[in-house]
Amino acid sequence: MLLDTAYNIGTPEGVELRLPVAGLAPRSLAWLVDALIKSATLTVLSIFLQVFGDLGGGIYLLIVFVLLWFYNVLFEIFNHGATPGKRALGLRVMNANGTPVGWSGSLIRNLVRFVDVLPGCYAFGCASVLLSKQFQRLGDLAAGTIVVYAPKTQASGKPDSTAPVPLKTPMTLDEQQAIVSFGERASLLNEERAEELAAILTPVLEDADRTRLLGHANWLIGERSSS
Amino acid sequence: MRQEAFESRHAESWAIFERWIAVLSAPRSRRGPDDDPVATISKNFPAMYRKICHHLALARTRRYSIGLQQRLNQLALDGHQHLYRTRTPFFTAIGKFLVREFPGTFRKQWRFMLASTLMFYLPAIGMALAVVAQPEIIYSLLDPVDVSRMEEMYDPANDVLGRERDSGSDIQMFGFYIYNNISIGFRTFAGGLIFGLGSLFFLIFNGLFFGAVTAHLTVAGFTETFSSFVIGHSSFELTAITIFGGVGLMLGYGALAPGRKSRWQAIRSRARDGLPLIYGGTLMLVAAAFVEAFWSSTVWPPLSFKYAVGTFFWVLHIFYFWLMGRNEP
Repeated sequence: MLLDTAYNIGTPEGVELRLPVAGLAPRSLAWLVDALIKSATLTVLSIFLQVFGDLGGGIYLLIVFVLLWFYNVLFEIFNHGATPGKRALGLRVMNANGTPVGWSGSLIRNLVRFVDVLPGCYAFGCASVLLSKQFQRLGDLAAGTIVVYAPKTQASGKPDSTAPVPLKTPMTLDEQQAIVSFGERASLLNEERAEELAAILTPVLEDADRTRLLGHANWLIGERSSS
Repeated sequence: MRQEAFESRHAESWAIFERWIAVLSAPRSRRGPDDDPVATISKNFPAMYRKICHHLALARTRRYSIGLQQRLNQLALDGHQHLYRTRTPFFTAIGKFLVREFPGTFRKQWRFMLASTLMFYLPAIGMALAVVAQPEIIYSLLDPVDVSRMEEMYDPANDVLGRERDSGSDIQMFGFYIYNNISIGFRTFAGGLIFGLGSLFFLIFNGLFFGAVTAHLTVAGFTETFSSFVIGHSSFELTAITIFGGVGLMLGYGALAPGRKSRWQAIRSRARDGLPLIYGGTLMLVAAAFVEAFWSSTVWPPLSFKYAVGTFFWVLHIFYFWLMGRNEP
């Protein structure tokens, strides 16, 4: 069983799309960033609008209203499902079926936020995130939305230019895949760690080390030595 | 097929698809001159998307590397988001909403609307009768300080009606009404998630408050100033609050009696059903704030005219919810 937070979306085309859902900690931090942005905006505005007396006071209250209830809604709809805080933490909101969140979903999840905040400090919301399978707060459950990590575009591709080494030991597809993935990630690991990981295979492959595994990886993805 | 051969065979289509996604997501101004026009993209998009899905499935069953799988997963996800996005033209949607969807949903959910209306007006009438019979009862609900401030506001000796106005800045009051009243509306709705209890609380509390204040000011003999101020926006405001309460009760009913669905499924579908009422209620409260700030507080129109306008709004509401939206399925 996979011990990660992947959430699978079935599509009409018959493939499953996989997304990692975000847990309590990153979501709380994103909330904190948003709270800071909102309070900073209000502080600056209140100083500026004081000049205009009552008129300024009215505009100030209108802005408080919009920030209070619609800050999240507007950002989620016009900014690919992410408030600035979520963007900073690499999160985004989407419908549970993987489509972009729309007015209905976003509005419901953000109005129900009022209940998530109860009885104080987002207690209901936190409990709900911790207890529900896809880390949804009550608003998410009522709206049918999820918060996921926006996928990072990562460098992938060929391991490196190590000469391909034929793999003689029979291996299952999963095992082969592990070796190829090791080849892809090797450049992101430091040398000691890569050696350490490669050494795990010693019982199966004699003298398994980093270069040898990279060679296998290149051979597995289809390279052949200058043939 | 080895991964490398697979990648080199299809790399071109993936790059094209990636570029299409970028073109579709970018604003018009940032599109390059040699990008395909949107019409071409739209025509070929679904076929290309299905191809990407096919590649993703192949990459998974053939156990190609995680990196490649992630890339294809990402491409398919982006495609999915573009293909299954829902869009409706804004102004058509607004017109259809006001003429059919909002009143239609109201009619369809009449049980909840009725329940919420009763939950607001019955406590209001009860409290009003109680205050008329025994004026001290109002102090069980309001502070003496609040009561005297309320009296001061509607004292006929004042020139300006309504909540206190220092320099009569209507905009300021507009901001306050928007912020305060719509927040109350939203809370009345959201509280319904707690098995309807939150909505019931706000409905009954506001009903008691409204009844108490009305009766108290009537007993005090401030009827003219009070009702001429309130009548203009009351139809919008009170109806909107009961609508929000009604949608809250829908959520609560979903939680209490989910029927054949799971509890959360029931709540979700009730919330979606009630959404037009949330939009409509919000619009009504914006209208209420507008009327309250710029019309209700004016002193120049003769009282009879203000009563006439207020009555007109009430009649408008009754006919709107009575006659409109009958053909909504």
